[in-house]
Amino acid sequence: MTADGHQPDATGDQMADLLGRVSQGDGAAFRTIFEHFAPRLRAFVMAKGTAAQTAEDIVQETMVKIWRKAHQFDPARASAATWIFTVARNARIDVLRKVGRPEPDPDDPAFRPDDPDSPVDELARVQDVTQVQQAIAGLSAEQQEVLRLAYMEERAHPEIADILGIPLGTVKSRIRLAIKNMRSTLLESSGESL
Amino acid sequence: MTAQHHPSEALLLDYASGSLGEACSLAIATHLALCPDCRRNAAQLEAIGGAFVAHVEFETETAVDSAFDAVMARSNDPDDTPLPATPPATAVIPEPLRRYLGGDVDRIAWQRLGVGAQQYVVPTADRPVTARLLRIPAGRPVPTHTHGGLELTLVLSGAFSDATGVYGRGDLQEADETLEHRPHAAAGEDCICLAVTDAPLRFRSVAARMVQPLLGI
Repeated sequence: MTADGHQPDATGDQMADLLGRVSQGDGAAFRTIFEHFAPRLRAFVMAKGTAAQTAEDIVQETMVKIWRKAHQFDPARASAATWIFTVARNARIDVLRKVGRPEPDPDDPAFRPDDPDSPVDELARVQDVTQVQQAIAGLSAEQQEVLRLAYMEERAHPEIADILGIPLGTVKSRIRLAIKNMRSTLLESSGESL
Repeated sequence: MTAQHHPSEALLLDYASGSLGEACSLAIATHLALCPDCRRNAAQLEAIGGAFVAHVEFETETAVDSAFDAVMARSNDPDDTPLPATPPATAVIPEPLRRYLGGDVDRIAWQRLGVGAQQYVVPTADRPVTARLLRIPAGRPVPTHTHGGLELTLVLSGAFSDATGVYGRGDLQEADETLEHRPHAAAGEDCICLAVTDAPLRFRSVAARMVQPLLGI
């Protein structure tokens, strides 16, 4: 257990270490990352109805970016799986839309830096994605369904309203409640490990 | 002063999951550059994405070697990501928006809209959604209008107010067809904002509706 009471699971920590080694050009570490994540990313991208060959292109693009950008991974800010999710999400947008995803640039002079006193965020910091998964599993079936449509099928919230045949306002409040519930579950579980 | 008006969780989730279109993503990303609180919330939403990736059901890989070799064959390719330009010492418009404009506020090729306002249509590949930079003269109103769909307004300098509140730098207003408003630029400084609309505005006054096709909004 670390000094702040946070207890990361072995797998999350191992993956973070491996990414650190990838950033040093360690091909064997990259091979382990590849074997672990490539089949998961393929399934994740295919769940959005992406054609097999396009999914293959997106996975390959994601892996090339992981190899090149591993130095940008910061284990204090995100778990390995979370960082890889963002790389895959952006690679999918690059491949499908042919335009880059607009993102803020922390080196920009107009960028407003984080408040140094701001609380460390539990959900973003949790290395153990199993804990996040458990918090999802603790949500109501309705809230889980909304998250599944958003992340697995990559539906925007107006589409989710259409698919479920419910008003837009209901989707918005389900999302708000789902996030609020997850946040309190994760705060509780991190409190217990103190 | 930190931002007081933020995107809804639903909109931030669409940005985090990747389903949000380019023009709306541009407004959210530029708000995030000015709002550490929303960046933290977006990071939380990305952690949910990480959990979905980590726990997805998958089939065991059959052709690991060939797929891995294909990636490694590309690993020595020149990186086609453009090198970031050296940022200026100061800027009013944050990235990623400044890149879309080709420069800061002093470089914009404004187009006159009548009533003293000016606009610049921000080029995106996201039709029919329109992103435009608006410059409303200090102290002047925009005619009362409702929205055919979603309208995101992000204030970059100056401020505007309507019945829902006062919006300053970094504030994002998320309006839909239920909001009829008459935004008014605050006195003292022109209000420059990014407005993203997925349908034309509906002006209440006949006069405003008559000039609308000329204004292109």
